[in-house]
Amino acid sequence: MVTSTPSRLTPRERARRAARGGVSRSVPAPLLVPALIAAGFLVLPLVGLLIRAPWRHLGAALSGSDATQALILSLWTASASTAISLVIGVPLAWVLARSSFPGQRLLRALVTLPLVLPPVVGGVALLLAFGRTGFLGRYLDSWFGLTIPFTPIAVVMAETFVAMPFLIITVEGALRSADQGFEEAAATLGAKRMTVFRRVTVPLIAPSLGAGAVLCWARALGEFGATITFAGSFPGQTETMPIAVYYALETNPDAAIALSLVLLLVSIVVLVSLRDHWMRGGSVS
Amino acid sequence: MTHEGSEGLVVDAEVRRGSFLLAVSFTAAPGQVLGLLGPNGAGKSTLLSAVAGLTPASAGRITLAGQVVDDADAGTFVEASGRPVGFVFQNYRLFPYLTVAENVAFSPRARGMGRRAARSMASHWLDRLRLTDLAGRKPGQLSGGQAQRVALARALAGQPALLLLDEPLSALDAGTRLDVQTELKRHLADFAGPCLLVTHDPLEALVLADQLIVLEGGRIVQEGTPAHVARQPATEYVAKLVGLNLYAGQANDSEVVLSGGGTFVIPDQGQHGDVLVAVRPSAVVVSSQRPQRSSARNTWPANVAGLTLLADRVRLSLEGQPSALVDVTPAAVAELSLGPGREVWLTVKATDLEVYTHAEGQPA
Repeated sequence: MVTSTPSRLTPRERARRAARGGVSRSVPAPLLVPALIAAGFLVLPLVGLLIRAPWRHLGAALSGSDATQALILSLWTASASTAISLVIGVPLAWVLARSSFPGQRLLRALVTLPLVLPPVVGGVALLLAFGRTGFLGRYLDSWFGLTIPFTPIAVVMAETFVAMPFLIITVEGALRSADQGFEEAAATLGAKRMTVFRRVTVPLIAPSLGAGAVLCWARALGEFGATITFAGSFPGQTETMPIAVYYALETNPDAAIALSLVLLLVSIVVLVSLRDHWMRGGSVS
Repeated sequence: MTHEGSEGLVVDAEVRRGSFLLAVSFTAAPGQVLGLLGPNGAGKSTLLSAVAGLTPASAGRITLAGQVVDDADAGTFVEASGRPVGFVFQNYRLFPYLTVAENVAFSPRARGMGRRAARSMASHWLDRLRLTDLAGRKPGQLSGGQAQRVALARALAGQPALLLLDEPLSALDAGTRLDVQTELKRHLADFAGPCLLVTHDPLEALVLADQLIVLEGGRIVQEGTPAHVARQPATEYVAKLVGLNLYAGQANDSEVVLSGGGTFVIPDQGQHGDVLVAVRPSAVVVSSQRPQRSSARNTWPANVAGLTLLADRVRLSLEGQPSALVDVTPAAVAELSLGPGREVWLTVKATDLEVYTHAEGQPA
């Protein structure tokens, strides 16, 4: 017996169901309303940014501040921290994925801690370790005359501290899911461990490596809390884009909006370059 | 150790993988193609990976070309990358991001050859396996047969002293399999070292191998030439593979009392004790009534339990003392109105029975 009244089924919907099968895909109201609120909440602020943007004198707004300096500083420090993360983070990801030793799980937990740690806490920790009186910084200062805090090096360190875990977990996941049969094949072909890593493992995980690096770079570019705590905000020295935006908002709102637009543009470019990797189902392989 | 053994491969080892234990002892001479036949989980692939150095032996030793590559008792072990072994994997495992030429040049490069020398080595093997036209392609753009040849070229380009093939034809469709098989046989004949070929396809084993080892449950249950194994299977598994009925029993001159019930009259060759009796399904005659009994014939009643259509004949599964698989023509099925439950009489000539003794691990 038919227990509900018939509803209208458009020819288009009929064709869709015939081709893909399945039942109705219309969204029930209790899900639709919160979904729309969530989408609006995420999108509307960005629209606000676009509406309030001083489009006419954008160039003037940007050049009127320390924007260029800040942008250049942000770009090179984010790139440097990504490069450092690749050089030391990928080997760490390999160690976490492929070898086993006591305390490995603890190490993984500690390494990924910066993912959830408030960045300001990271900055304080860096300051306590590498600051002038820090337990490591003290020796750097007295032995080499090296002072790290409030220098561009401190910016790179703060960004690396916060961003490298993104690269590590992406690459570690890829290493775990990569088919180790290829590495076995390489071994039977005479390749030693390092050759296998260089010529088989790295090319196999190249897509994830690229995605992890872009993610790491984007995170480094947006870094604020750890940077301002550990490196301060000296224009031209340690004042990165996010910090410049923050200060400009008080003195020169137009400049702040213009700088924000630049960061938004960079983010969109990053998102587009990652779309194949993250947007399709969102898996990390 | 024999001289022959010092040239080829000598395995006398145990390999433990979880609760599974592989315990084998055999030699493979240079130029010999040794087929490893067995059901899934018999330990064939484990054996290959132990010989290749991908799995260490848990006891015993493996010697290749006079060099001990694994000795569990002495603790010596040569890593996979240090063994002169060429391995053709079941799904080939061609590096997907390298071209065919780069895949083939991989081993010479990894073994320390310069870029240019490796490239010319690769082009030599590409030429020998008729792959030159495909040199610039990626593995994803190859057919199954082509990928198989590339895998073989890649393994051979490292100039191995031993070749390992893990079900080299199983990834191919039936149409190309025969061509690839013919060609593979030619290349194996050109290879100077010993070759281990894992398969669960009896035809592949019969065509490609000079010598067969049958593995079941981690043990060698039979070794011998393909012809010998096909004629006198030692186990139910092999008998099924080669399509024979196999019975175990006690011989007493002119009679075998089958352990599963029933008796066979056999040609008197003075055989006593444990024997195996192999019977071809086509050697058994089916009749609807009890035929005239003669001394050279074995006759017994049986019930039809099932029918399967094979290309041009019907295979009957019959239950009786003993049970048997029997091949008849489709016409006979109609004439005798054979169907499940039908009682028939089976007859087989004594001279059609293959009676032999079997000692484990040795050719009968």
